[in-house]
Amino acid sequence: MSKDATITKVAGPLVVANGMSNAKMYEVVKVSKERLIGEVIELHGEEASIQVYEETSGIGPGEPVELTGLTLSVELAPGLLTSIYDGIQRPLELIEKKTQSPFITRGIEVPALSRTAKWDFTATVAVGDEVSGGDILGTVPETVLIEHKVMVPPNVSGTIVEIHSGNFTIEETIAVIEDETTKQRTNVSMLQKWPIRIPRPVKGKLIPNEPLITGMRVLDMLFPIARGGSGAIPGPFGAGKTVTQQSLAKYCNAQVIVYIGCGERGNEMTEVLTEFPHLKDPNSGEPLMKRTIMIANTSNMPVAAREASVYTGITIAEYYRDMGYDVALMADSTSRWAEAMREMSGRLEEMPGEEGYPAYLGSRTAGFYERAGIVECAGSDNRRGSLSVIGAVSPPGGDFSEPVTQNTLRVTKVFWALDAKLAYKRHFPAINWLQSYSLYTDNLEGWYGKEVAEDFPTNRRRAQKILQDESTLEEIVRLVGMDALSPKEQLTMETARMIREDFLYQNGFDPVDAYSSLQKQYRLLKSILTFADIAEPIITQEDFDFKRLQELPVKEEIAQASFIPEEEVESHFDKLDETIRSQISSL
Amino acid sequence: MSTAYKTVHDIAGPLLMVRDVEGVTYDELCEIELTDGSKRLGKVLESKEGLAVVQLFESAQGATTEGTKVRFLGRSFELGVSEDMLGRIFNGSGKPMDNGPELVPEKKLDINGAPINPASREFPDDFIQTGISTIDVLNTLVRGQKLPIFSGAGLPHAQLAAQIARQARVLTESEVADGKGAATVETDDKFAVVFAAMGVTFEEAQFFKNEFEKTGALSRAVLFLNTADNPVAERIATPRLALTAAEYLAYEKDYHVTVIITDMTNYCEALREISAARKEVPGRRGYPGYLYTDLATLYERAGRIKGKKGSITQIPILTMPEDDVTHPIPDLTGYITEGQIRLDRSLHQKAIYPPVIPMGSLSRLKGKAQGEGVTREDHSGMDAQLTAAYARGVEVRELAVILGESSLSDTDKAYLKFADRFEKEFITQSEGENRSIFQSLDIGWDLLKELPRSELKRVKPAQIDTYMKSTVAA
Repeated sequence: MSKDATITKVAGPLVVANGMSNAKMYEVVKVSKERLIGEVIELHGEEASIQVYEETSGIGPGEPVELTGLTLSVELAPGLLTSIYDGIQRPLELIEKKTQSPFITRGIEVPALSRTAKWDFTATVAVGDEVSGGDILGTVPETVLIEHKVMVPPNVSGTIVEIHSGNFTIEETIAVIEDETTKQRTNVSMLQKWPIRIPRPVKGKLIPNEPLITGMRVLDMLFPIARGGSGAIPGPFGAGKTVTQQSLAKYCNAQVIVYIGCGERGNEMTEVLTEFPHLKDPNSGEPLMKRTIMIANTSNMPVAAREASVYTGITIAEYYRDMGYDVALMADSTSRWAEAMREMSGRLEEMPGEEGYPAYLGSRTAGFYERAGIVECAGSDNRRGSLSVIGAVSPPGGDFSEPVTQNTLRVTKVFWALDAKLAYKRHFPAINWLQSYSLYTDNLEGWYGKEVAEDFPTNRRRAQKILQDESTLEEIVRLVGMDALSPKEQLTMETARMIREDFLYQNGFDPVDAYSSLQKQYRLLKSILTFADIAEPIITQEDFDFKRLQELPVKEEIAQASFIPEEEVESHFDKLDETIRSQISSL
Repeated sequence: MSTAYKTVHDIAGPLLMVRDVEGVTYDELCEIELTDGSKRLGKVLESKEGLAVVQLFESAQGATTEGTKVRFLGRSFELGVSEDMLGRIFNGSGKPMDNGPELVPEKKLDINGAPINPASREFPDDFIQTGISTIDVLNTLVRGQKLPIFSGAGLPHAQLAAQIARQARVLTESEVADGKGAATVETDDKFAVVFAAMGVTFEEAQFFKNEFEKTGALSRAVLFLNTADNPVAERIATPRLALTAAEYLAYEKDYHVTVIITDMTNYCEALREISAARKEVPGRRGYPGYLYTDLATLYERAGRIKGKKGSITQIPILTMPEDDVTHPIPDLTGYITEGQIRLDRSLHQKAIYPPVIPMGSLSRLKGKAQGEGVTREDHSGMDAQLTAAYARGVEVRELAVILGESSLSDTDKAYLKFADRFEKEFITQSEGENRSIFQSLDIGWDLLKELPRSELKRVKPAQIDTYMKSTVAA
């Protein structure tokens, strides 16, 4: 009954087509003779609005549109790790090979995962076993770090009637499952597809109560993020969002990393690509690339694919979470994602909300971050997996009151506020200790108290208090000078300075300082606090010249303490504490 | 030849609505013939059944709804390129304007280019010595980087850009090993400068032209000039033409190309004008919501590609309205480019040239271009130490204004003296002064003598011993 689908209008990434009465919302379509990939985002009777994931120049009215019947999905199977994809999961390295050009041209069709590579599958269930969606059928050594677990697709259950170990491609049948009631048999291969806009099913969500350890002192000590938690890093340009995200990708103790470069610089993606194969995972000693999947949709690549890229990334991340792994996802930057939504919304002539962003910005943002969590995975073995999501936000002019930052803060529990002023002073990581917060500290206190040291939470609170007091005292100093402060207040200023310069400041380029274990963090802060504790009764004595304290040689030793190698932490800090004691009491 | 439509229905600003058209595609180039026979170029912004929205690259003055003919050319805007472009001057639409012969193009390239595959990029890590201390030591420029100059009206950005273009070069291995930078060095590498001017004054365009002529650089430069009296809409095309020429020279002819684009603010204004004429929903300060994406399609056309000898280093210049760095143009630029060189008015008023302020300036790619084997082992420590110390010195200076200098602590007084000397001896240099990176670093060590040794937390103790030659001030 319907006539052929044809294009009636082209305006940038938005294409309107007629004769689309059979189309479904979010269905993937092939646009024009060049077969560009697009997605249906609006339907009006026969007419459909399509966002096109490739450059549309040279496309005009009258050209055909082809329906595929599928929603935008990602392919899930061994081979994902170490790959670099664009926003709609096209492998960039294969595109380069196929086009023989360093530039991305359009209309290229390459499968996301190799159809010819063989993987060594070892079955872990046997014929006759009862399985349901999410149960593990067997394993494949995907990289040295990650054992890929091949799972029963979410909507399949029944009895195993056939299963084979051996070398298979991802499309070959490895098992046959028979449904008990319908007796229908399903051939299962390693390859699964999952629509990117729908969260993968889980049995249940749990409350996060373990930290994701990052090796960054300001984060682990003052503003920790939980495993399965969500965090936001907003900051003006040049404050270090990308450097922080990359440090997290390098050093955090998740098992799988998904790094999304969403509308960011091409050279940054190249940096990760060139650096990660050579960097060693501090937890396993293997190259970081072996646990990493990258999604790169740089700022000059088509804007619609930028919108899709965060969903592509998070769906892949959920897949590894479902295997029972701890996954961390970094999205840099979610503001570019929001802007892509705004651009499409403008072209659709929707009624704009705040600052031109669509009214659904808040719900989409919440929907994205809510896919984070620590979960009981689907399947019958009660395994747990977690997905931590950390999104960078790039507020215009560094103004945190703008809609993307505000909508993000409503749903994320950790806020790492980057501060341009600190970056100007080369204080890195430039995370403002007065503005940032973590709502997980209470949940995590038990863990820290048990695993690191009993007084760990107390020390954290003390450090925070000292930094708070410093900012108040600074106001006074600015008005009337340092001399107006009491010795005790001067000591607070001095301690705060040590916390800032010797503890919070961390040199990300130094091989030793770049990653700090929790034990070392604890000892370093403790030494500084010890310094303050011992000094207090002495400086409050009458006629004590405060300068003598400031000039103690041990202060330089504390300043160098962050460069103490991990192996020597215990002995070195014991010695340091001893020196602090003896030097101060000699006053 | 395709059909000529005489169905122009509306003209608004640089936009034309053409009705009853057929087979028109998005982004297609078209030629508009006015009743007096003059011809202008435009491109399709929106293509609907029976309607095309055309944006002129030139002024719509004299266009009429009746009698004006529009021909759709079936291709997008292309630039004819060849190596003979070097030494030539073109207008903002790519037509020669130096009375020279027509160019015989080797090939024609779409001026929009295509995004570079991130997997095909080579990470830029070759240190470029510009001879300017504040750039070389603190905001190290790297071959293949995009490093804009954030300036303001009346600041010497043109002089600085010209100085960079004149002095920039890569050190040889022996120079790095010796720790000495010679003034000139013979290499086999081919260099070119591509210059694009959008909406600048005749005088500023002339300044660059003279500068290139004086130094003999004109023979290896390609100039695209759209001056303030040229059509606004043409400014959309000008930087794209320049970058297309640069890509051709870099990736097909092995040149190391430095692209100077001035002034990005005028480009953005042009974009806003067209967006307003189309009645689009405006974003911040009336600029279109896609300003970020649009700027990215320009700035991202810099870099190096695996297996190619050439490179594109971009130095765009923009003037911040009211020196406001949070204005959308510098703001979005800063989010795309790999750092920025920020010029400061108060330094300029103290007669300091170049008025590059370390706070707010940044080079994101400097990490790999500092240190042993590339420059000198003490480079990155020196960078951090000088910047941190100067920032503290400036803070102390503000404090001294309120409390008086006498109430400062000895350490603070040292910082104050450091900041003064830093401005006079490190930042300040003449327009003709070409300092080697090693000279710049040595000046840094000399300045650090002002500070007590316990304050030098960012440089390694061993390096202090090696490089700080005479005694350290107490």
